[in-house]
Amino acid sequence: MHIEVKHVSKTFGTHKAVSDVSFGIERGKLIGLLGPSGGGKSTLLRILAGLESPDSGDVYINGKRVNDVPPQQRGIGFVFQNYALFKHMNVYDNIAFGLTIRKADKKEITARVEELLDLTGLRGFERRYPHQLSGGQRQRVAFARALAPRPELLLLDEPFAAIDAKVRKELRTWLKQLIATIGITSVFVTHDQDEAVEVADEMLIVQQGRLEQQGPPLAVYTAPQTAFVASFIGHSSVIEKPQLLRGFEHRAELNGGRAIIRPEFVEVGREREIAYPSAAAKGTIRHVFFRGAHLELDVQVGDNRVSAYRSLDQEPLKPGEEVYVLIHRLYHITDQSAVMLENPLKVDPLPVHI
Amino acid sequence: MAGAITTHLSDKASIRPKHTNESPVVRVVLTVVALLFLGLIVVLPLASVFVEAFKRGADVYVASITDPDAVSALKLTLLTALIAVPLNTIFGVAAAWAISKFRFRGKNLLITLIDLPFAVSPVIAGLIFILMFGAQGWFGPWLDDHNIQIMFALPGIVLATTFVTFPFVARELLPLMQAQGIQEEEAAASLGAKGWQIFWRVTLPNIKWGLLYGIILCNARAMGEFGAVSVVSGHIRGETNTLPLHVEILYNEYQFSASFAVASLLVLLAVLTLVVKTFVEWKTAQREPDGERSGEQHAH
Repeated sequence: MHIEVKHVSKTFGTHKAVSDVSFGIERGKLIGLLGPSGGGKSTLLRILAGLESPDSGDVYINGKRVNDVPPQQRGIGFVFQNYALFKHMNVYDNIAFGLTIRKADKKEITARVEELLDLTGLRGFERRYPHQLSGGQRQRVAFARALAPRPELLLLDEPFAAIDAKVRKELRTWLKQLIATIGITSVFVTHDQDEAVEVADEMLIVQQGRLEQQGPPLAVYTAPQTAFVASFIGHSSVIEKPQLLRGFEHRAELNGGRAIIRPEFVEVGREREIAYPSAAAKGTIRHVFFRGAHLELDVQVGDNRVSAYRSLDQEPLKPGEEVYVLIHRLYHITDQSAVMLENPLKVDPLPVHI
Repeated sequence: MAGAITTHLSDKASIRPKHTNESPVVRVVLTVVALLFLGLIVVLPLASVFVEAFKRGADVYVASITDPDAVSALKLTLLTALIAVPLNTIFGVAAAWAISKFRFRGKNLLITLIDLPFAVSPVIAGLIFILMFGAQGWFGPWLDDHNIQIMFALPGIVLATTFVTFPFVARELLPLMQAQGIQEEEAAASLGAKGWQIFWRVTLPNIKWGLLYGIILCNARAMGEFGAVSVVSGHIRGETNTLPLHVEILYNEYQFSASFAVASLLVLLAVLTLVVKTFVEWKTAQREPDGERSGEQHAH
């Protein structure tokens, strides 16, 4: 393990920012720390950097306990949310800062800065000051500056938060490729799950200071382990009376429990469009939302409301229309866990045996 | 002096669409009223200083300001400023740095204490030192035994001046440093910079114009202080008289021309300060051409 965090807690006044968090990060991995705002992600990142010290618990880098090692000596690069570029220095001096502070050789500094200017596509901007750059350029300067002293661990706090949507997408791809090229262990904080899913090799889901789940994006997406992860990841509707849903009436554990259903678990359509009409219930379309690439349907089924997607190519459905609703599966959630349940009625009514 | 006014008039701000602007008549009336008032209250009295100073000819003027007592007062004034201003600069930077960059107990108390000299009348400030270091004061007998002269001597004048001018630098820097936050310092730390390196390479360059502005205000007040210094100086001519005190003495002796001549020296010092101040403001505005960070500056 490159980085190990063991039972770390941190309290600000009465606010428990991080409580008893433990995890490990393998060398070279790109980790996404994902969770709602104020959930303790940034604090955790700052503890890794040494900018905050934990109240209890230990942090290990390369097997060495670094609790008492100041940020200056941890061999980290930190990219701040608002970049924190040195306003009075131009791009060149910003990138060179970490090297000049170490009194590195002049030639060496020039070579390293030139290399990073090329790597980040900032050549030609070296004499510009931060206020003369666009958001995306500033982000790349911050990135180059953090990489200049060749850190072993790169920490990024909401690196794309201050950039507009289109540039953000480009930067995400760029960053992922760049980190893969350099092969540096990286941890980035985000509250945007699309970003985490797209960029990270592995995700850490953090909520209210606790680590909810760690794993590759696909695993977290398909097998959420806790109720929070099930509701936070993906676009979910919470179902208060799951025992009323067709196919789930006889699941005793659902009585009094709650469930989470993602739109992709739900099939909505006219009778002939549904693969297993016998497993579907009747419902009514409440609203239809245009979501750009597809339509989102808000459907009332008995006492429950679910969301579903519909392709733009399919025949449009109108609000008020009666439709068939097939729930393929759902997550049954309790305080502790999330368990996936399949719809048992979903068997082919006319099986063909070859 | 407590509420120093700073303006950053940019062309952008003065060009406004018609619907948010007043009619030409109103604008002209307002401008004329403002100018008349300014002329009456500021320009006329200042001009009268020079008129009075030269009333009895340039010879008298030159004689007045080259008079040994006047020269000694000028020297004392400059010396006092030379000691008090650096002291308050160091203190101001340290206090603003501590308050804006660290979390600690008693922070609010420190902020309140910094403002104290503005709240206390300068005469009271002078009396405080008499009570402490005067012959009948707390430390008076001890000082007397050891032959240390604080009251009615340079140390007393410097102490009183330092006390009165002590909030200027800190007050100027605090809002600026608080607005800037600690992110750049944290970035520097993560890049390997240590305490002093962070201060010299990151913090100081960010606050330098604000700091210079605070020093200028502090200096202006240090050279012009009358009340507190008057109490502790003892008015010993040629020894413990600063320029403002010397002006008063000359005036009380009916040497009006000499008095105004010396006063004109103070006015010239003030004008010089204003010129430097304007230059600093111009320089600050120039550094932020897109006005991105205006508003953080001098938030009085």
